[in-house]
Amino acid sequence: MESTALLQKLTAGMAFRGNPATLLSSSSASSHFARVQASAWPIMQGSRLRRLNVEATDLNANAFGTMPHSSTGLKIITKAVAVKTERGSTATAQQGHELLLFEALREGLDEEMERDPTVCVIGEDVGHYGGSYKVTKGMAEKYGDLRLLDTPIAENSFTGMAIGAAMSGLRPIVEGMNMGFLLLAFNQIANNCGMLHYTSGGQFTIPIVIRGPGGVGRQLGAEHSQRLESYFQSVPGLQMVACSTPYNAKGLMKAAIRSENPVILFEHVLLYNLKERIPDEEYVLCLEEAELVRPGEDITILTYSRMRHHVLQAVKTLVSKGYDPEVIDIRSLKPFDLFTIGNSVKKTHKVLIVEECMRTGGIGASLRAAIMENFFDELDAPIGCLSSQDVPTPYAGPLEDLTVVQPPQIVFAVEQLCKH
Amino acid sequence: MAMATAAVASVRLATTNALPRATQRSRDNEACSALNSAFFKNSIPSSSRSSRKNLKTLNDGSRKGICVRVKASTSDMVKEKALPADGQLISRHEGLDLYEDMILGRAFEDMCAQMYYRGKMFGFVHLYNGQEAVSTGFIKGLKKADYVCSTYRDHVHALSKGVPARQVMSELFGKATGCCRGQGGSMHMFSKEHNVLGGFAFIGEGIPVATGAAFTTKYRREVLKDDSADEVTIAFFGDGTCNNGQFFECLNMAALWKLPIVFVVENNLWAIGMSHYRATSVPEIWKKGPAFGMPGIHVDGMDVLKVREVAKEAIARARRGDGPTLVECETYRFRGHSLADPDELRKPAEKAHYAARDPIAALKNYLLENRLATEKELSAIEETINELIEDAVEFAEASPLPPHSQLLENVFADPKGFGIGPDGRYRCEGPGFTAGTAQV
Repeated sequence: MESTALLQKLTAGMAFRGNPATLLSSSSASSHFARVQASAWPIMQGSRLRRLNVEATDLNANAFGTMPHSSTGLKIITKAVAVKTERGSTATAQQGHELLLFEALREGLDEEMERDPTVCVIGEDVGHYGGSYKVTKGMAEKYGDLRLLDTPIAENSFTGMAIGAAMSGLRPIVEGMNMGFLLLAFNQIANNCGMLHYTSGGQFTIPIVIRGPGGVGRQLGAEHSQRLESYFQSVPGLQMVACSTPYNAKGLMKAAIRSENPVILFEHVLLYNLKERIPDEEYVLCLEEAELVRPGEDITILTYSRMRHHVLQAVKTLVSKGYDPEVIDIRSLKPFDLFTIGNSVKKTHKVLIVEECMRTGGIGASLRAAIMENFFDELDAPIGCLSSQDVPTPYAGPLEDLTVVQPPQIVFAVEQLCKH
Repeated sequence: MAMATAAVASVRLATTNALPRATQRSRDNEACSALNSAFFKNSIPSSSRSSRKNLKTLNDGSRKGICVRVKASTSDMVKEKALPADGQLISRHEGLDLYEDMILGRAFEDMCAQMYYRGKMFGFVHLYNGQEAVSTGFIKGLKKADYVCSTYRDHVHALSKGVPARQVMSELFGKATGCCRGQGGSMHMFSKEHNVLGGFAFIGEGIPVATGAAFTTKYRREVLKDDSADEVTIAFFGDGTCNNGQFFECLNMAALWKLPIVFVVENNLWAIGMSHYRATSVPEIWKKGPAFGMPGIHVDGMDVLKVREVAKEAIARARRGDGPTLVECETYRFRGHSLADPDELRKPAEKAHYAARDPIAALKNYLLENRLATEKELSAIEETINELIEDAVEFAEASPLPPHSQLLENVFADPKGFGIGPDGRYRCEGPGFTAGTAQV
């Protein structure tokens, strides 16, 4: 494929607003995907991508055709495994620093706490213990016990306390040790967090961030494996985002803290140790935008959080079978970025949603409805939706694996849909 | 009854944090007793004995020279509080102020009832008649910057805090000029200007919010190093709420972090149709304060002077940084739970008993007997208030209903939260949004 055609393809797939391109790094050593880097990493909302530097680490002939060379004259590397020493003239390749997702969250939190002294963290074991997933490790020593407030085990009350603090001028971040525990705080989240700005006629703002790990882990049992995004999505006045890589974790954390709206940031238990190289310079992502992960022509796969990685795993197989799926990480669970999604649907005319939510009333259900409502004429096939089974997550390993969507199911679903 | 020798009751606690726990607890108990046992002479007579078990009030029926006691929490020792030199509990000016505020509350609520039955306001309306002493006694001791957090029975709290009657009435009528633009209603009175944090429909919901406001004060002092931050928060709630988890959780956190908050229980004995004694294993709510490490005080909530004395101490304690206080006010609502409540379960004898202890009548008697005001002056105040209420009703009637365009406003502080539409623009930028017709 000619480089210009490649660039055209890439820009055509990107949202007009200039989605930040993502660094893809899967945990496996051999990466089959092209790594697309934006040369201007700090992406503020509304800015456009200026240039694309294209690198392909391992090329699969079907993925991007023959080896592309950049029209800007930059060197293209074609080795299978990331070989740091050979990243010669692409100066951007060595910038940035590598870290794990929970460290990225911590970095974002740290930067915001330093920038604004009214930012504080409220939750169980966030202070001295450093957070049960180490997101706030070391921060209590730096900022003190009031800014990293260790609370008693009283989710409803300390979430309400955070809301009262937000109303009176602070910017608290509530950490649920596990997202599931926030079910106890449902009263405060639904009634006060979401609605209070409205019922007060706009007098009080609630610039709160509620975050925590959710999703199905490794045999954690039913109650520690919950996905709350479907429960909270109906609450008016809340924004919900889900992070899936260190890059978007840090960016979304910062954006959520800076937002005047109450934001729920969904993290995933199994993604905390994901490693990625992220920029050194400061960046804040847009809360309402989706992320184009992999451009394609055949089908649009919409996903978020951990399922993004299952999708990418399936894409390897699909690509080898000759399919060209477009993968979008919707990131913003409420509201949906219908522009990015719509552009993709108009291109591929087929949609598959892959999510970890329960089938009934999940994010996928809402997304399906939204796409049908807005883009019905663009569709050549019914919208596919792969969700978790409506089953309390069992403890036994094989059963647990059956409840969530696995890559072979994704491959099969794509094959079925592409027959249309 | 035990008569202690006259001694000035001191309520100062040692404020050192280095005290070992046991000593701190015993000092708290001391403060408890001191606060509880304010011994007044020539105060408002308590005309009858409370019928509630375990509660003793002094009573001998005569009007003059009655010593009325605020119940001691941990000891039966009664301490006398020294009166000011002129023997008066309040000045004339203060007395008239209190009277006016209580009349405002009563007249406003009576007008609400009228307006409701005339179809001007709708939904659930919970009136405060009979409980005015609690609102006036506490809120008149606050500064404008202090916070008040209430429940659905919040009209009078908002009025006492300074929210104009016009705004409250408009809000009840659902007009755009209401304090919450007509979006809140009877149960959601908020005022940023007067620091009224609501107005909550679910009981117990407001207590954590109040705790949060108190936390902000502490945060501003200790983290932001703002020494001028000394705002006190008062959380009002009822007896039914005191069996709710959020109550206990917040007592714990407030005591743990010594937050500047006063928890005021308006115990009117009934949670809709559920008697306090049928719902609560230990009906003395004030006893639950010391269990969490704060003074627990019981006060006659039908007597504004007593409430005011206790309030002064509790607010001063919070402002000093000594931590929270739990105050249980024995009070009564003369009307049903809401305007929709047929109020069939409460016995007429009980209602009559408390009607005889009407706080407004009691204060009026006190002012007249102690020659702090004349009948004419008090009538003039009532006249003024009636005119104010009439004006509020007229204002509310004449105000416009919220336009359609207001529907989508205030859902988000940052309306970008409605997201990006299929055309690539933020939905809030489209014309349908500002007209309130956008599908979001």
